[in-house]
Amino acid sequence: MIRVLFFAQLREVLHCHELSLAGPFNDVAALRNELMSRGEPWQEFLQPGKALVAVNQTLEEDSRELKSGDEVAFFPPVTGG
Amino acid sequence: MAGRQDYISVQELDFDQQAEYQALIRDNPGDGAVVTFTGLVRNQNQGKRILSLTLEHYPAMTKKSLEQIVQQARSRWPLGRVRLIHRIGRLELGQQIVFVGVSSTHRQAAFEACEYIMDYLKTRAPFWKKEQTEEGDHWVEARDSDHHQAGRW
Repeated sequence: MIRVLFFAQLREVLHCHELSLAGPFNDVAALRNELMSRGEPWQEFLQPGKALVAVNQTLEEDSRELKSGDEVAFFPPVTGG
Repeated sequence: MAGRQDYISVQELDFDQQAEYQALIRDNPGDGAVVTFTGLVRNQNQGKRILSLTLEHYPAMTKKSLEQIVQQARSRWPLGRVRLIHRIGRLELGQQIVFVGVSSTHRQAAFEACEYIMDYLKTRAPFWKKEQTEEGDHWVEARDSDHHQAGRW
């Protein structure tokens, strides 16, 4: 099971803060593709350039492998400071 | 893990710059330089008048990412104390958003580390600003210039 979180604009446009997906997913790219296949607005807003990804609270690339129990968060480029 | 000389806080409450400065210099005779930065809510952004800001974050990740940024700064410069505070929630015009304070033996390390921490915070730490304007609310877009700034290091 993978816990998936969405933040900020992504949470609002998807009307979703949290999901649990059974998987398995080899890597972030596979999970991202599964979510994008849900159609709009997922397709548009989860594009790699628009949504960064963190696995277990650390920024990662799409090639990052996933295992059951991981927490994966998608969010827009950050704007703090 | 960040060192014992680090204080990192993510909080709704305001902070007192003078108290932060005192915490950097108190019983710290070896450091001859302190550099601080404070970020504020300003009244306009990209041509729009700002009424207030709301800051969202990813609680489980925020402190961890700030600790990593401070640790990276420590690996590059000989730093004494580091204090980093970032506020969340709703903030009004003129209010303080972020504080970075760094002490070191000499000024160059303190200047550079302070700027490095802010540059990385702006591109790596999971905070998002939503602006309230006269035309409604909207999420702030990330700026390419922030990535160029962080890319310098």
